[in-house]
Amino acid sequence: MPILEANNLTYTYSIGSPFEKTAVDHINLQIEQGEFVGIIGHTGSGKSTLMQMMNGLLKPTEGTVLLDGRDIWEKKADRRAVRFQVGLVFQYPEYQLFEETVYQDIAFGPKNMGLEKDEIDRRVRETAEIVGLDASLLEKSPYALSGGQKRRAAIAGVMAMEPRVLILDEPTAGLDPIGRTTILTQLREYHRRTGCTVMLVSHSMEDVAKYVSKLLVLSHAKVVCYDTPANVFARGSELESMGLALPQITRVFHELRARGMDFPEEVYTVKFGAELLKARLEGSAPVC
Amino acid sequence: MEPLIKLDNVRFSYPADAENSEPAEVLKGISLEFEHGELVAVLGHNGSGKSTMAKLMNAILLPTEGSVTVAGIDTKNEEKLLEIRQHVGMVFQNPDNQIVATIVEEDVAFGLENLGVPTDEMRIRVDQALHAVGMYEYREHAPHQLSGGQKQRVAIAGIIAMRPDCIVLDEPTAMLDPQGRKEVMRTVKMLNRDYGITVILITHEMDEAAQCDRVIVVDHGAVHLDAPPEKVFSHVEEMRALGLDVPQVTELCEVLRQAGYALDPEILDVSACVDAIAELFSQKGITQNADSGSK
Amino acid sequence: MLKDITLGQYFPINSVVHRMDARFKIIITMLFLVMLFWGQRVTTLAAGLLFVIVATACSKIPLKMLVKSIKPIVPVLIITGLFNLLLLDGGKTYWRWHFLKLTEEGIQTSAFMIVRICLLIAGTSLLTYTTSPIVLTDAIEALLSPLKKLKMPVHELAMMMTIALRFIPTLIEETDKIMSAQKARGADLESGGLMQRVKALTPILIPLFVSAFRRAEELALAMECRCYHGGEGRTRLRVLKSGLRDYIALIFTLLMFAAVILCNIFVKF
Repeated sequence: MPILEANNLTYTYSIGSPFEKTAVDHINLQIEQGEFVGIIGHTGSGKSTLMQMMNGLLKPTEGTVLLDGRDIWEKKADRRAVRFQVGLVFQYPEYQLFEETVYQDIAFGPKNMGLEKDEIDRRVRETAEIVGLDASLLEKSPYALSGGQKRRAAIAGVMAMEPRVLILDEPTAGLDPIGRTTILTQLREYHRRTGCTVMLVSHSMEDVAKYVSKLLVLSHAKVVCYDTPANVFARGSELESMGLALPQITRVFHELRARGMDFPEEVYTVKFGAELLKARLEGSAPVC
Repeated sequence: MEPLIKLDNVRFSYPADAENSEPAEVLKGISLEFEHGELVAVLGHNGSGKSTMAKLMNAILLPTEGSVTVAGIDTKNEEKLLEIRQHVGMVFQNPDNQIVATIVEEDVAFGLENLGVPTDEMRIRVDQALHAVGMYEYREHAPHQLSGGQKQRVAIAGIIAMRPDCIVLDEPTAMLDPQGRKEVMRTVKMLNRDYGITVILITHEMDEAAQCDRVIVVDHGAVHLDAPPEKVFSHVEEMRALGLDVPQVTELCEVLRQAGYALDPEILDVSACVDAIAELFSQKGITQNADSGSK
Repeated sequence: MLKDITLGQYFPINSVVHRMDARFKIIITMLFLVMLFWGQRVTTLAAGLLFVIVATACSKIPLKMLVKSIKPIVPVLIITGLFNLLLLDGGKTYWRWHFLKLTEEGIQTSAFMIVRICLLIAGTSLLTYTTSPIVLTDAIEALLSPLKKLKMPVHELAMMMTIALRFIPTLIEETDKIMSAQKARGADLESGGLMQRVKALTPILIPLFVSAFRRAEELALAMECRCYHGGEGRTRLRVLKSGLRDYIALIFTLLMFAAVILCNIFVKF
């Protein structure tokens, strides 16, 4: 059974007003336990709305979200529990920091869950370590941290609830290359260590492709495809026609194919591409 | 002709505060010159000092040591402050926090209003600036109805209406989606090409720097590299060590070069890379189509 | 979405009233308000009603928009109405129960008050429907400009007003986002007693204030970069221009005002 399932999921903003807009349009989707999903689509494709329905912050206008096969809107009392199970990190999460110390801020979620003090302490320290925040920083004010550290503290605040599904809306937005790599590597490590399902919204295929096990491509409020990165990039020209930029390396190999060279379509890392070229250059049978 | 902006052995320290007992030296002796009509990227990771450098160029900050000269005026000259800021306009990262008025065209006019430009001329300049960035149809919109890229273009229009010689953009695309990034980069390049405005683009995105004519790599408050982008990115290892990316194609060529294949180290875009690889294959005597080899 | 809420109540269409000089509109509205408060006779209401009808017709504002503007004050109308209706003494008494009564005077005053308040709201709404907040700010600045001689910071106040108008939608959107983010961390904003609810607002208010201060700082910097140095020597893109129609409208209002005063003095109903 998939951990998260969307059936006919639809969300329409401002129904009946001139601003009416369907942000998510009859989406069907099954996310398996332990998957690392990258979600791609341009602004207005419905990514954020979909994410907010997945953890019960928005109530679908139509359709259902199933967590472990159960409709999250079935019983009213369940809703907060759903938010603890499906953790959602918003874009620019550092803007939500508010406690006096980093420690207290990370503890905010677990405290709301009504956990014991010792358990909270364990979780705060563990997640701080996962996101690479030194123990000495925990007693500082969150506003005294650097930009990248603030971002990671905010992510830790959601991780500390130990959700079974962790959803992040563009966790690397606005960061420099080091900041981006740091967070993406830590997320991969978190995924490996906890085995939790992670869903990552991103604008950049280049960044995400090497970390995820599945890619979900959204366009105009609908799912275009949900598949492994290799299979998704094999449909490269289709993605480009939707205005989604392919990684440079993928474009190189598409171009080489267009010139009649026999290369696979689904090249999306430099490493793989270089291996392919080297093998071809060395092992190539001499022309008769 | 004298350079438009000249930084002469500039040092800058933020004073000691509650957090830091020692004054923090952010720029450690930078000397640079920017000529009229240049399209320059200043590339560096967060905390490298690149934003501080930008703020020195129109006298928001003054150097602790050394001097900054804009069109022959020392930025320490307080009486000429307005003149300096007319020469060098500045666009910031967060598009929301630099739009003052509730209507697009009024915001574009804001700088001109401050300078006391007569209303008739102001109207002409505002319309021209809006046309230049492609936002004329939106002149009566409220800022919150616009996308990030559009807001940033309005901010740029507000600067060019003041007819500066130079625009300094401090990470103008950091908060935008890919579409907005494209819009802003297209606008910036057009202003440089068609209007001859000097553009200094502060960024940590290598693909944006690759579109400029000159790239200055800043690290720990000092200039590391100052060269055309092909040259700068050919230092793949060094860029990595500085915490910066290089284009994937440059990296690919570097990997192949290390494996002993002769490839140009100065490749930045897809088509050049494809050409080079195809060339390599034909040198090796591999025909274009692998299948045709068996014929 | 929250940000779609229109700011103020500006209803952007093209009409004579929309094109009028905002300074005149403000003065005329002021006169109208003073007149309504001053006049104690039915003639005042008749004049006021005429004014609203003519102004509405000229402004092309749909009647339902005026009704909409009155809706929020219906409770006030009911309370004022009932108060006057049931407590006032005078004239013929139709009905009496303990201290409650229904009298001729009561009915008259009650009706008078309700109509007066409705006219009051309708008149001021017309001003805000036909004038954008930004122009309204400009006009207030222009009207108050004589106070600059008394060292009143008129320009600064107007600039503050403009910036407030500019950032209200931004901050509403931000509040929305922060609320969602804290809810996602299990913040409980809906249950508990008053104190608990006030306390539950901390995770929203603190980030909001921090962000507002950060925005203020960045905006100040951006304004400085665009050569802002106070109101001195400033010119404006949008210049308020008065024309014949503004003077005509003002003259008519003054005439009406005079008529009401005369009625107040000489006519007995």
